[in-house]
Amino acid sequence: MALTTQALDAITAVVGPRWVRLAPAQLDVYASDGLPTRFSRPGAVVLPGSREELIGVVRVLAHHEIPFVPRGAGTGLSGGGVGDADEIVLVCTRLNRILAIDAPNRRAVVEPGVVNVRLSEAARPYGLHYAPDPSSQSACTIGGNVAENAGGPHCLKYGTTTSHVLELEVVLPDGRPVTLGSACGEPWGPDLVGLFVGSEGMFGIATRITVRLLPLPRAVRTLLADFSSIRAAGEAVSAIIAAGFVPAALEMMDRNCIRVVEASIYAAGYPVHAAAVLIVEVDGPDEDAVAAESAGIEQLVRARGAGSVRVAVDEAERARLWQGRKKAFGALGRLNADLLVQDAVVPRSALPDVLERIGTIAAEHGLEVSNVFHAGDGNLHPNLTFDRRQPGDLARVERASEAIMRVCIDAGGTITGEHGVGSDKLRYMSLVFDADTLGAMRAVRRVFDPLERANPGKVVPVHQCSEWRGQWRARRGAAA
Amino acid sequence: MAGTSLTVLRRVRAMVGPDAAVDTDTAGTPRVAPRTEEACALILQTAASEGWRVSLAGAQTWVTPEAGADLVLSTTGLSRVVSVAPGDLVATVEAGVRWDDLRRELADAGAWVAVDPPGVGRTAGSVVATGTAGPLRSGLGGVREQILGLTLITGEGRVVRAGGRVVKNVAGFDLTKLASGSFGAFGVITTIHLRLRAVPRADRTFVLSADRDQAVQAALAVLDAGLLPAALEVLSPSAARRPSWTLAVRLVGNAEAVEALGRAVAGAVTGPLEELSVEPAREFWTGLAAGCTAGPVTLRVGVLAAALDDALDLLAHHLDDTWVAASPGAGALRWNGTAVVDRLRLFRHAAAQRELPVTLERGPADVRGRMGIFGAYREGVGLLVGNLRQSFDPAGILAVPLSAAE
Ligand SMILES: Cc1cc2nc3c(=O)[nH]c(=O)nc-3n(C[C@H](O)[C@H](O)[C@H](O)COP(=O)(O)OP(=O)(O)OC[C@H]3O[C@@H](n4cnc5c(N)ncnc54)[C@H](O)[C@@H]3O)c2cc1C
Repeated sequence: MALTTQALDAITAVVGPRWVRLAPAQLDVYASDGLPTRFSRPGAVVLPGSREELIGVVRVLAHHEIPFVPRGAGTGLSGGGVGDADEIVLVCTRLNRILAIDAPNRRAVVEPGVVNVRLSEAARPYGLHYAPDPSSQSACTIGGNVAENAGGPHCLKYGTTTSHVLELEVVLPDGRPVTLGSACGEPWGPDLVGLFVGSEGMFGIATRITVRLLPLPRAVRTLLADFSSIRAAGEAVSAIIAAGFVPAALEMMDRNCIRVVEASIYAAGYPVHAAAVLIVEVDGPDEDAVAAESAGIEQLVRARGAGSVRVAVDEAERARLWQGRKKAFGALGRLNADLLVQDAVVPRSALPDVLERIGTIAAEHGLEVSNVFHAGDGNLHPNLTFDRRQPGDLARVERASEAIMRVCIDAGGTITGEHGVGSDKLRYMSLVFDADTLGAMRAVRRVFDPLERANPGKVVPVHQCSEWRGQWRARRGAAA
Repeated sequence: MAGTSLTVLRRVRAMVGPDAAVDTDTAGTPRVAPRTEEACALILQTAASEGWRVSLAGAQTWVTPEAGADLVLSTTGLSRVVSVAPGDLVATVEAGVRWDDLRRELADAGAWVAVDPPGVGRTAGSVVATGTAGPLRSGLGGVREQILGLTLITGEGRVVRAGGRVVKNVAGFDLTKLASGSFGAFGVITTIHLRLRAVPRADRTFVLSADRDQAVQAALAVLDAGLLPAALEVLSPSAARRPSWTLAVRLVGNAEAVEALGRAVAGAVTGPLEELSVEPAREFWTGLAAGCTAGPVTLRVGVLAAALDDALDLLAHHLDDTWVAASPGAGALRWNGTAVVDRLRLFRHAAAQRELPVTLERGPADVRGRMGIFGAYREGVGLLVGNLRQSFDPAGILAVPLSAAE
């Protein structure tokens, strides 16, 4: 249904006029999530200031049957947090309180708008941290992380967001709050928390999130190994994992990326002549243990052709190595007008071949590609720089992206490891899933959202789904 | 509406031919064990259109089929290890593979799955469908953490291929999580993609004899010290098969890390830790896994570390604390024993008031039917679960008593 004045008035009555954005210039702030191929101005942007206000707004939207797009910090990169003119973008960033840190039980309870890095900062005095650390962690929200099942460098050892969320309060699209899971982590029924994590805003809005905190590692060591070919670096990654090492993180950057970072204010002293570097971090119970682990890895990467291996001597150097890695996307953004951060996964053993294929694809399309990614998980980020104002650039980027996706699928991988499907990857879903599996996804979505009003048109290509006949008990226009 | 067992038997035989083994189980219920996914799907499609109540089964070492089922659908015909890729640390197995066989086969490839499920002779499908992790859940995560994808055949006979064979994957909604731990309510799991690890170079076990309080305090001290052993169990005497309550700690990893962790754990607890050598350690853990099927009922109780003492009191008050294995680092404990339904219900009720979820992991069919596997849901959750079941099993043929009302 349309965004009527009546509906807008009702929303304004809940949140106050200051938090309802309607002017085009204001709306444009929310028209993108960093995906350069999607820019779409929503009908309105609403920023509730509390859980109660949020529920109030969702009820108004339910009553008027208005579609809406939940949004956190808008760093999603897959077009997920972006809405069209007939949709309202519901921004959760003002719900930004850390409600509890329960140190004895290693738990925290947060609102969805809490910025990822703030949680680990708040937990540090207790000797704890929140393990999932997306490279965007200084900006992205825990709510967005839940919706995307976000990963990060340290998820190699500790698992992605889904392994750290215990209990969720969710406001369903009809305005009813439900609590999924339990604080101790027992699902208390089928694993609806596991189902909700990664639902990309299409099952409802996470309003209260209980997460697991982990003890800070007692000792950490970070290595930087350089290689004269991407292939050798890729092979070293497989060798490390197959040998039974469990690094806390294992990241790769290629030459393009190294040079860009080194030319930026985040210069970390990466060797600019290397074809690729690996950043390997090990953690453990004491210095002896991490020394032994890092010595083993050092020996292995040398045998696999690493030129030099540098071990960060102190916390400052370690932080610098990581800063260069985590800010690499930002630095790449300066190469050209637009940057498409791609995301795909392949089995680790396929890394060398797939990286080579990606290089060829970029060359064939006359594009520059830079790779910076979570190598230990086989989670690639081939980044394409271009200028959408140049005729034909956008089309070439789209074609190259599709070719890259096909290579990854053919190698036994998949189309996204952490950025989600959003709107960007919708067209690739049927390359990975058959009609019945897509039908199951849609059926599940309709259990949470029978009218399909929450983040419509994302993730599941509805025309490629088989028809499921489940009887969803829709609650049309539930209590306003 | 349902046919007599003879017609069911005859129809199933005619339908699947050599693609399934067909017999009757000890209770006289027709039983079919398809050898292919297609046969399995066909059986469920037919059951859905005929309205046959179907009880899903693995090796039947964990639970017996539901009472009153028209057909038992067994996964034992699907028993191949399809592939093991030690380089990528991924394996694909059919659901009827015995966990112990799988463990052996993986060990030959230098790999393992970080799950030590309770019970003996269980199938992979049973472990995944019930989400029954063992002591390793403390440091290495639950069953769900080790599953990359699976094939689920729904109550309507649709084949859903969830997830994939890579360690990181957010393509589409996470149907793998829905199928894992839902006791077959959404369909039968036929194939599983598992995340493997390289066999750890060091694997050591330490025990501390104590009274109950001391064992609990010692476990909390280890957690407070910021340590994360692979397993950290507070065990009653009969669970530990030792004269007293026991704190059992298992450490895996490289030799140096295990050495260092061992020192740190010893420093955190008061009282002497005793190391078990290789063979006794193996027997200790397999004995613990086997022990939780001694009594007819096994419960899983979710409990925060700091509330463990209270939860044990509650158990002792309503049931008993004879066989208890608690994993405070993982927020759960397991109880095994004998009790009538009324007592179990009272316990579950009292536990729910303290926010302690109680899952009936195992029990005779009548107890399951009267208690429900999960009991009552939180507000609003029952409607979601009910609608999910409607979607995956519109004819309502899957006999899985998730909640008590059924
Ligand atoms: C430089 C850079 C580096 C990145 N690095 C990583 C990385 O290492 N790992 C990684 O996983 N991702 C990474 N990302 C992607 C992105 O940061 C993550 O997906 C993050 O989780 C998005 O959070 P957000 O708050 O920005 O969410 P948004 O972009 O605002 O929203 C993302 C999705 O979540 C939904 N959503 C938001 N809030 C809620 C809520 N409360 N309830 C329900 N649904 C909600 C939205 O509808 C949308 O579909 C990176 C992005 C950038 C720009």
